[in-house]
Amino acid sequence: MNFSYYPGCTLKTKAKELDMYARKSAEALGVTMEELENWQCCGAVYPMAEDEIATKLSAVRALAAAKEKKQDLLTLCSACHHVLKRVNDDMKNNEYIRTRANNYLKLDEAYEGETNVVHYLEMLRDTVGFDNLKKAVVNPLKGRKIGAFYGCLLLRPSGVMAFDNAENPTIIEDFIKAIGATPVVFPCRNECCGGYIAMDDKAAAQKQVERIMDSAVEHGAEELITACPLCMYNLDANATCHKLPVRYFTELLAEALGVK
Amino acid sequence: MHDTNKDMAEQVIRMSGVNPRKCMKCGKCSGTCPAYDEMEYHPHQFVAMVEKGRIEELMASKSLYKCLSCFACVERCPRNVEPAKLVEAVRLLVIRQQGKNYLKAEDLPALLDEKIPQQALVSAMRKYSK
Repeated sequence: MNFSYYPGCTLKTKAKELDMYARKSAEALGVTMEELENWQCCGAVYPMAEDEIATKLSAVRALAAAKEKKQDLLTLCSACHHVLKRVNDDMKNNEYIRTRANNYLKLDEAYEGETNVVHYLEMLRDTVGFDNLKKAVVNPLKGRKIGAFYGCLLLRPSGVMAFDNAENPTIIEDFIKAIGATPVVFPCRNECCGGYIAMDDKAAAQKQVERIMDSAVEHGAEELITACPLCMYNLDANATCHKLPVRYFTELLAEALGVK
Repeated sequence: MHDTNKDMAEQVIRMSGVNPRKCMKCGKCSGTCPAYDEMEYHPHQFVAMVEKGRIEELMASKSLYKCLSCFACVERCPRNVEPAKLVEAVRLLVIRQQGKNYLKAEDLPALLDEKIPQQALVSAMRKYSK
């Protein structure tokens, strides 16, 4: 199976492991990730205002490039996935935004939301299948108690993201089971890590992370996994009392598949 | 209602696509907001104040910069009002004005540490400046 792949700016810099282990694991699973040429930064946050057109264009360019290759667009960073998925929804369902974005871009063929945006975890679940993933595991992570930290961007708003049940998701726990470890469900797994507030109000970010870490520790997690570089940063740099090790889910995947 | 405020309320409603009159005042948005303690005006108050045209008060409030865009209020609103979109629209009214950026590029170096990801810088600049 071949996908167009959108890595995003942070995966080329501070989150190189998230990208590198995803590529190695995909290769082991027979999935080809073809990085889009000339992709641009998605902007990291979805511009919510109807009249924000220019800030949505880099996402439209990536979506249109995947359409041209007749491929689904694979994402890995939670923020990129969120932006691309929501802008795609606008291009499909919001005539005001679709018309203005197309007027600006003047593509050979207007883009109308034709591309499927697929997160790497969705690819594991829906294309590879967790049963097949389990069979491909050579180094099951037996005995490890892992908490899935979903954060916000993969899940909400669920009407558009359609990733999993936003209040009681299971996809990352199913992934943890497939690589042979034990998932630990904890209440704060879909809370906000604080996100960009870390830049403006560190104490507010620390408060968020404290709640999340307390909740994970209380329920018996010994490590956490995430798909988001900003969650990774906050959980690591803004943890005050409890501090569990946090890793990208792709690193554990690569470990289980014996390609780390 | 002051005329400017009325015009601005209409603009916020247009930009956000939100209809504050759909709100049934259950308070669930504020109940679920992780930034509640940091805010002077809470999500349910944003909805009520936009409906009443009290835009200048909202524009002057630091609450605009405390929203985390976590979409908890959007997800959990039983009436699909989407309060976060109102916060974003009012913030844009402020930072789209000349010289009103909340975060400036020259502020960034002092905020950096070795691990901070590009994603944090890009999202903060997108949220706090134009």
